[in-house]
Amino acid sequence: MVDDLYQDTILDHSKHPRNCHVLGGANHQAEGYNPLCGDKLKLYLKMKDDVVEDASFVGSGCAISTASASLMTESLKGLKREEALKLLERFHDLLTTDSPVTKELGKLVVFCGVRDYPARVKCATLAWHTLKSALENKEEPVTTE
Amino acid sequence: MSALTTEIAAGFDVERIREDFPVLKQTIHGKPLVYLDNAATAQKPYAVIEAIRKFLEVDCANIHRGVHELSQRSTAAYEETRAKMKRFVNARSKNELIFVRGTTEGINLVASSWGHRNVREGDEIVISAMEHHSNIVPWQMLCESTGAKLRVIPINDRGELILEEYARLLNPRTKMVAVTHVSNALGTINPVGEIIAMAHRAGALALVDGAQAAPHLKVDVVALDADFYLLSGHKMVGPTGIGILYGKSKLLNAMPPYQGGGDMIKIVTFEKTTYADLPYKFEAGTPNIAGGIGLGAAVDYLSHIGLDRIASYEHELLVYGTQALEQIPGLRMIGTAREKAAVLSFVIDGIHPHDIGTVLDRMGIAVRTGHHCAQPVMDRFGVPATTRASLAFYNTTREIDALVAGLRKVKEVFS
Repeated sequence: MVDDLYQDTILDHSKHPRNCHVLGGANHQAEGYNPLCGDKLKLYLKMKDDVVEDASFVGSGCAISTASASLMTESLKGLKREEALKLLERFHDLLTTDSPVTKELGKLVVFCGVRDYPARVKCATLAWHTLKSALENKEEPVTTE
Repeated sequence: MSALTTEIAAGFDVERIREDFPVLKQTIHGKPLVYLDNAATAQKPYAVIEAIRKFLEVDCANIHRGVHELSQRSTAAYEETRAKMKRFVNARSKNELIFVRGTTEGINLVASSWGHRNVREGDEIVISAMEHHSNIVPWQMLCESTGAKLRVIPINDRGELILEEYARLLNPRTKMVAVTHVSNALGTINPVGEIIAMAHRAGALALVDGAQAAPHLKVDVVALDADFYLLSGHKMVGPTGIGILYGKSKLLNAMPPYQGGGDMIKIVTFEKTTYADLPYKFEAGTPNIAGGIGLGAAVDYLSHIGLDRIASYEHELLVYGTQALEQIPGLRMIGTAREKAAVLSFVIDGIHPHDIGTVLDRMGIAVRTGHHCAQPVMDRFGVPATTRASLAFYNTTREIDALVAGLRKVKEVFS
């Protein structure tokens, strides 16, 4: 019934989020907030030579936003800044357009069902908005609005 | 409507009433629609739809303008709603009823017009911790521009106003007490009569946000002695974009206009303009005529059924729904006031309201998830959001059973 949205991987990551802790030695961080549902997220990045060495998050949110943050932190490790931003674009396309699924997305394709639930797109993109802000080292928390 | 009157006289025949609401006859994602988002907006009966349709098809013209037949018809129909609203809230004169877009605009009108004339630096405005943002922000804006102070009546763990604390807030600097009659997020019915009396004893005025009360219980502005009372048409089976500001004529007369334009004037020259008398002084520009006519049909419809009967039927639903939801492990009700309207606001351990809302939607069940435009209420209860099922007189115990089955499914998916 809602299996298209809540695929097993999403449910798994929402119940057992990976990289869900404060990251010691992080040199980039940012906060994200979705005022519509109260979801809050803090993202930590450890960057070395323009490469994401480690990433983590803490926060509270719905299954979609938690799984999105969890899978995003997994996907980021080892990516260059430019590659991370490119992935963000691909992910955004996956949620908001009918564009074909590209293989760079890897495990993130499990979010393809979100495009049929427009009200939930912001849940899935909160972590990614926050990533952009962290890469730019913005002081102000980003919001989905 | 005439058929309806005789039908329901015998008993509360909810199945017959449901026939009046075309929207309820559809399926959503293959399941019968279970509409439990009535505090956001109520559905519309044929009587309202037909009244609007008739206006647009047959009587459409601007009001208070032409001498031609259509203009007279539209003016009569629109003004008839004012007379109906006077009876509906038991006002002394129909000049005390101002058409506005809704409760939000009405509160802004009072905060701006009355507020800027009467509130000075050091004065105090009292609101409560359970207000909708629409009864917080206009007063904050007034306080910012005048230097007045906003004071907040706290609520207890059941979601009831703490009247002893309210009494302590009142003092000679208090100029206005603005509270909701019924909380949209918690369902609490506030003792507004007592709250108003206390405000008056302190020399303050009282404004009541009646958006959530008017569709569910009988409103009598004279018995309450409210100085201002607001309601929104769309919460009471009428159209969106139309509502009523009730104000005592003495107060309204002393207030400057809120907006300038056509219809609110007597004589305009470049040197000076004289304003129209009540209620037109506050009704600049061509209003939502179709909406006003629809609102008239809505109050006719509600009055035919009877607000007392609506209130008692909805109370039965509330009792049934509360008992049913309490059987669900891990579910916590937010808002358990002893005097309560049929609002079931709750959280479930470990499951976010948005996920609950999405799964329920796939089962055809419409609920509201989020902060319900009452973020301070969420903060008070330490939750980011709740799931809210808000009931109307056309809901049934069968639909509450569907909600419970839906929540069991939610628990299955996310446990």
